[in-house]
Amino acid sequence: MVENVLAVRGVSKSFAGVQALSDINLDIRPGEIHCLAGENGSGKSTLIKVISGVHDPDEGSIEINGVPHTRLTPVEAIAAGVQVIYQDFSVFPNLTVMENLALNTELASKRKLVNWRRFRRIAEQAVAKIDFSVDLDQLVGRLSVADKQLVAISRALMSDAKLIIMDEPTTALTKKEVDALFRIILDLKARGIATLFVSHKLEEVFEISERFTIIRNGRAVATCLPEELNRKTFTQYMTGRDFEDAHFQVGELPAQPVLEARGLTVNGAFSDVSFSLRPGEILGITGLLGSGRTELAMTLFGAYRKDAGELLVKGSPVQFAGIRGAIASGIGYVPEDRLTEGLFLERTIADNVVIAQIDQLVVGGLFDRTRKGTSAAEWVRDLKIATPDPENAANTLSGGNQQRIVLAKWLATKPDILILNGPTVGVDIGSKHDIHEILRELARAGIAVIIISDDIPEVIQNCSRVLLMKAGRITDEVDPATVTEHQLAELMTGESDQEGERR
Amino acid sequence: MSQLVRKAIRSNEFYVFLVIAAVCLLIQARSGQFFTANNLVDLANAMVVPGLFAIGAFLVIVSGGIDVSFPALASLAVYAVTRLLVDSHYQGGILLPFALVIGLGAVLGAFNGLFTSRLTVPSLIITLGTANVFSGVMQGALSSVQIPKIPPAMADFGRGSLFVATNPVSGLTSSMPVSFLILLAVLAAVFFLLRYTMFGRGVFAIGGDGSAAARAGFSVRWTKFWLYVIVGVIAAVAGLIRTCGMGQMHPTNLLGMEMMVIAAVVLGGTAITGGTGSLTGVMLGTLLIVIVENSMILLGIPTFWQQFSLGLLIIVGTGISALQIARSGNGLRAALR
Repeated sequence: MVENVLAVRGVSKSFAGVQALSDINLDIRPGEIHCLAGENGSGKSTLIKVISGVHDPDEGSIEINGVPHTRLTPVEAIAAGVQVIYQDFSVFPNLTVMENLALNTELASKRKLVNWRRFRRIAEQAVAKIDFSVDLDQLVGRLSVADKQLVAISRALMSDAKLIIMDEPTTALTKKEVDALFRIILDLKARGIATLFVSHKLEEVFEISERFTIIRNGRAVATCLPEELNRKTFTQYMTGRDFEDAHFQVGELPAQPVLEARGLTVNGAFSDVSFSLRPGEILGITGLLGSGRTELAMTLFGAYRKDAGELLVKGSPVQFAGIRGAIASGIGYVPEDRLTEGLFLERTIADNVVIAQIDQLVVGGLFDRTRKGTSAAEWVRDLKIATPDPENAANTLSGGNQQRIVLAKWLATKPDILILNGPTVGVDIGSKHDIHEILRELARAGIAVIIISDDIPEVIQNCSRVLLMKAGRITDEVDPATVTEHQLAELMTGESDQEGERR
Repeated sequence: MSQLVRKAIRSNEFYVFLVIAAVCLLIQARSGQFFTANNLVDLANAMVVPGLFAIGAFLVIVSGGIDVSFPALASLAVYAVTRLLVDSHYQGGILLPFALVIGLGAVLGAFNGLFTSRLTVPSLIITLGTANVFSGVMQGALSSVQIPKIPPAMADFGRGSLFVATNPVSGLTSSMPVSFLILLAVLAAVFFLLRYTMFGRGVFAIGGDGSAAARAGFSVRWTKFWLYVIVGVIAAVAGLIRTCGMGQMHPTNLLGMEMMVIAAVVLGGTAITGGTGSLTGVMLGTLLIVIVENSMILLGIPTFWQQFSLGLLIIVGTGISALQIARSGNGLRAALR
C-alpha cells in the first residue's frame, strides 16, 4: 500500500495575473478524514479543481496513489479514484435515481446504447454499498437534500474511489442527517477510502476530522491535528487576523422599553411570546429550525398578522397592516435569505442601499439622483463595503459585503429597532466579526437590536440577553455571561429530538 | 397496475388527452362531422408538417435551449433544392430531392449547432439571428420567388396516397398522404434515440443540469452540435413535405409557424426550462392545436375566433406548466433567471 493516496506537491495556479494558489502542499493518507478549511476566496475551490483535473496547475504536480501527474484530466482523476461531491451534488433533478446512479458508469465504459436492465443492476449495486434505501424510479428532484447527497455519494463510490472530496457537505443538512453522513464516512474509512472535507466552519467538522489543512490567500498556512486547534487559532489561521472574543457589555439602559410583546401568538407558528426590549440592548432569540423563531421575526416586522396578544412600540400598542407599517414605526428587518429576500442582486449597490428610504429621496414627485449618490457613498464608506464603485451590481460582492449592503439599506431608514435573522449565515469569519462589530456599535448608539440565530457562539458573544424558543414557545431566558456554549446547545436540542426533523 | 394508472393520471399527457377528448366530443355534438372518416384523415394529414417541426423543437427544448429558426431553415433548404432541380430540369425520382434537402438541412443545422455549442449566448438569441440570416439568404441572395411548377417527382410524391377515405353522407373524400409514414418513421427513430442511446440520455441530462452533465462525462458541445444537425434535418424534411403537398414552392409559407409549434410542445407538458417532456405529450399537444385550427370551421366559428382560442390555449397550457415548475421548488430560481 502506498503511503499517501493523494500528494499535492508545490502546486501554484494563477488566473489572469491573480495568484489563486501558491506552492501548496497537501498529503492525504489512505482512509484519512482530512479537512480543508479556508474563507471564501482563499483558493479552496481552485485547489479542488486542480486535484480533480478541471484546472491544470501552473507549477507543481499531483500524485495519486504514488503516480505523479502534471496534466491531470477529469477523466484521469476519476479513473485514478478521485471523486468530487460538489455542493450542488451535480445530480440531474429531471432524471430518476436509477439513471443518476448509472449514467457515469456507463459513460466511463463508453457505452453508446442504453440497456435499462443493466442501468437498474448498476443502480442496485450502488445503493447497496452504503445501505441506502430509496425508490430507484423516483425523480431525484423530488428527494430531500440529504437523499440527494446520498445519491451523489453512492454514485461516487461506484468507480472504485480512493478519495472522496466533499465540498461543504453539511451546510444544508439537519443535525440528524449530519450524524448519518458521518456514520457513512466512518464506514468508508473502515474500507480504506479517504475523505477530504471542504468547510469554513470548525464546528461542523471538528468531531470527525483527523487532520486539518488551512489555506489563506492561496497559501497553506497550517496543517495540524484537531487537538492543536481551537476556535481562536482556527480563526487566526483562516483570517490572519486576531479577534478578541469579548462579550458584548451593555451600558446604562433607559427604563422605557422600545418594543414589548405580550402574549403574542400566530396560530400554527408560535404562541404566548412575551418579552421587552430596551434601546441599546442586543436581544438574542435562538432555537432550532422550525421552533418558530423566523415566524416570530416576520410577525415583529409586520409580514405576518398576529392572532392574539399585544405588540407595543415605545409604549403604545400597534397593529401593523403590513411591512410598510412596521417600517414607519421604526423597525428594520435583515432577512435570513439575503439573496432572495434582501437584495436586488442585478441592481447596483447604490440602488440597493437607498431602496428602503426611497420616499425621502423623492423631490416633487421625482427621484433625486444626486442625493441618492451621496447617500449611497456615505453608507459604502461607513460600513466598509469593499467596492471600487457603488454603481457596480450587488452580485459582484462577496457574502459578507452583500450582508453589509442589507444592513446599510435598513440603517438608512434610521430605525429604532433592527431585527436580524441569521445575520452571518454563509458569511466568512472575517466579515462575520466586522458585522458583529457594527451591530455592537449600533447598540451603543441606542438602537435596539434583535439577533435571531442558531449560531450559538454568535448569540453568546454578542447578545446582552438570550431567549430560547422551542416548539413555538419561549422556554428559557439565559444570561450569556454565565451560560456556556455547551449548556445552551443542550437546552436547545435537549429532550425534543423530534424537532430537528421538522423542516 | 393501479400504480401505473395513478402515474398516468398524474401525468401532463393525461390532461391534454382529456382536453382533446372534450374538444372532439364538443365538435362532434355540435356538427356531427368530427368522427367521420374524411375528417380524421384530414387531421392526420394536417398533423404531418407541424408534427415533424414539433419533434425538432421538442429535442432542442429538452436540451435546455429553444430554437425559433426551423421554419426559416426549412424554407431556405427546400427553396434552394427546388430552385436547383427546377433550373436543371430534373426528371428523376424523389430520392435525390430528399437526399439534397437532408444534406442542406444538416449543414444549416450545423450552422446553428456550431454557434450554440461554442458560445454561451442563449440559443433563443442565436436562432433568432440565424432565422434572419436564413430567410435573408433565401430572399436576398437567392432572390426567392414563388416556384409554381415543381419537379414532377416532388409533385407526384405530394399527391401520393396511402388510402382514400370517403364521407358516406357528404361524399367528400380525403386521402392519407404517404408523408404520414415519414412522420411515423421520424417519431420512431427519435423515440429510439432518446430512450435507448447515451446520446439521447445526454440530451435530457444537459437539459436537467448542463454542468452536471459535463462532470458526468457527457461531451456537452458534441451532443449539442449533433442535436442541432438532427433538428435541421427533421425541419428540412418537413419543409420538403409541405412543398410537395402544396404542389408548388411558396418561400414564405412556413415562416411564422415557430410560435405555434413551440406552443404545441409546451402544451404537451414539455418543461420550457428543459429536461422533461415526452414525445407522446408533443404529439398530443400538436394534435390539440391542429384540431383547434382545422375543426372549428365545422362549428361555424369565424376564423378570428380560431386565433383567439389558440392564443387562449397557449396561455392556459404554458401557464399550467409554469405553475408546475414553480411548485417544484428548484424551478423557482430557473423561472426567475
